[in-house]
Amino acid sequence: MGETVELDRLTMRFGDFTAVRNVDLTIQAGEFFSFLGPSGCGKTTILRCISGFIEPSEGRVLIGGRDMKGIGPNLRPTALIFQNLALFPLMSVADNIAFGLEVRGVGRAERRKRAEELLDLIALPDSADKRIAELSGGQKQRVAIARALAVEPKVMLLDEPLSALDLKLRQHMRAELRAIQRRTGVTFIYITHDQGEAFTMSDRVAVMSRGSIEQVGKPADIYDRPQSEFAATFVGENNRFEGALAALDGADGVVETNVGALRGRVVGDGLKPGDRAVLYVRPERLALANGGADAANRISARVTHADFEGAFANVFLRDAQGRALILQLANDGNLPALDTGAELRLGFASAQAIIVPPGERARE
Amino acid sequence: MSELLRRYGLPLTTAMTLATLVWVVMMVVLPYFVMVEYSFHRNLTVTEIGGPRDVYTLENYASLFRGTDLTAWEFSDDFRVFLRTIWGSALVTFVCLVVCYPVAYYLALGTSKERAAFMLVLLVIPFWINEILRTFAWFILLAYNGPLNAVLQGMGIIDAPVRWLSGSGGVIIGMTYAFLLFMMFPLYNAIETLDRNQVEAARDLGASTWRVHWRVVVPHAKPGVAVGCIMVFVLAASSYIVPYLLGSPGTRWFTQTIYEWFFEASDWPRGAAYAFILLGLCVAFIMVMMRVFKVGLTDIAK
Repeated sequence: MGETVELDRLTMRFGDFTAVRNVDLTIQAGEFFSFLGPSGCGKTTILRCISGFIEPSEGRVLIGGRDMKGIGPNLRPTALIFQNLALFPLMSVADNIAFGLEVRGVGRAERRKRAEELLDLIALPDSADKRIAELSGGQKQRVAIARALAVEPKVMLLDEPLSALDLKLRQHMRAELRAIQRRTGVTFIYITHDQGEAFTMSDRVAVMSRGSIEQVGKPADIYDRPQSEFAATFVGENNRFEGALAALDGADGVVETNVGALRGRVVGDGLKPGDRAVLYVRPERLALANGGADAANRISARVTHADFEGAFANVFLRDAQGRALILQLANDGNLPALDTGAELRLGFASAQAIIVPPGERARE
Repeated sequence: MSELLRRYGLPLTTAMTLATLVWVVMMVVLPYFVMVEYSFHRNLTVTEIGGPRDVYTLENYASLFRGTDLTAWEFSDDFRVFLRTIWGSALVTFVCLVVCYPVAYYLALGTSKERAAFMLVLLVIPFWINEILRTFAWFILLAYNGPLNAVLQGMGIIDAPVRWLSGSGGVIIGMTYAFLLFMMFPLYNAIETLDRNQVEAARDLGASTWRVHWRVVVPHAKPGVAVGCIMVFVLAASSYIVPYLLGSPGTRWFTQTIYEWFFEASDWPRGAAYAFILLGLCVAFIMVMMRVFKVGLTDIAK
């Protein structure tokens, strides 16, 4: 079973550069937790602090309530899966898997038995005596997982291990990782810049930017209620309207934009009337309002081009102020003509939009 | 060949091929052939040439072992020198390996690329000086009244000066120094190609430092170890100047024996035979290393 991992005011500096800034976080035992962020946001640094390859400049890492200060990576109850897997090419598959047992002084026969059990678990029987070079990408992936599981870690750390695989295999491995995590009950901490990976596998996700955590929550919370501009723009596509906050009305707010007043839910803290504010609405939450549907907000825009994907269509538009917008229409069999230059009237309910204070946005 | 013809035409191709052929025959094949031929002759006086004693024989090779009785643990002088050369060269090789491995590991994985490059240059600079001068510097350093004894005495580590140059110690130290880089670079090159993540993965799975090296770094560095050992052993076994300068009469090297047969005893056939025995020793060592480290010629060529 897994253990909790607590990060207590964790800060990591390399010279003048602060890679991780004051991170406070508790990851529950048996949780599948992901750190999601662009490269250079500090997520790998956090992982290396937890695994013990670097000591934090300030703050503490606690695993199962025990302070890990001064405990080397070989003595921590963690197992790390590297981005490039780092399998030992000169050892057989079985020796790779049993390496952690070998260093713990487990006898040869017992090691062999455990390796074969784990090979069954990862659905790779009869591969014990193969060389690493004989395996495919997905098989190597599984051997790396088995090698990490062999030492019965309390916490499994995964550093973008799927990034080298092709799309099909990646999607398959997501399900497999999730299944293995459920079966073993080990705490999984997963690092990725791919929101699809983070969302499909994780119980909770932390969105990171510039060494700080922007938001922690369930995948649906992160997607539906991003609490900062960064979270709103890094995760998924979004349409952005900036203006002054005209009024607050309970949980709702009205932003006076250059295409009119738009109403949404205020999720960012500390916004007062008169402040600059930004309203975001997802492409699939925009609806066609040609039939005069009852929507709180209305905009009109012209089509620049449309990509028909089959189940849905992505429509790229510009509004009266030249702002680029994106609309995702589900294909219900009645898609309107989406010719370039066609004018569409769009609407969305206030519950579908969020209002946050202006801040840093994720770069495309 | 056809590629050469297509590219340079017939005249130039012919010229290049001939030049290569001449070079190989004149510089490589003929000298060796002459020496091989010599080694199977008796050392004859002018009047004996063409006479009944002028036949091919293995006497010169056998003479190394004459007077050696293994059951009585008795060795001929030359054979004793030969054994000492094997033992001494093996010791130099081992000391070089032990000294170089930590340094090569540090340079390859323990520091930044720029610092490693800088330190490698520092390592190379002394080797821009002629080998004889460097060896002579050790002669001065190790002298009875030399700086090493003075420093050690000054620090109170030894009470009386040590005669470094009277046993084999001077030769071993001098050779270790002289051939250090031939171990360093193959080792560095081999370890440098190891993915750092492999070291971290082993560590993360619970391996101690010792075991990380034994199970991950050393197996990866094997071809480098083999190349380094071969280089150092062959250079040590065929070194002349270091034992000449740093050795004592009791620690002659086989190369000195060969030199003496050639130029002091004027017995070229026997000198040639001994030289081929030394060559055979080196080839045998190379083959043993390739077998022990399970590396092929292609790994070594890298």
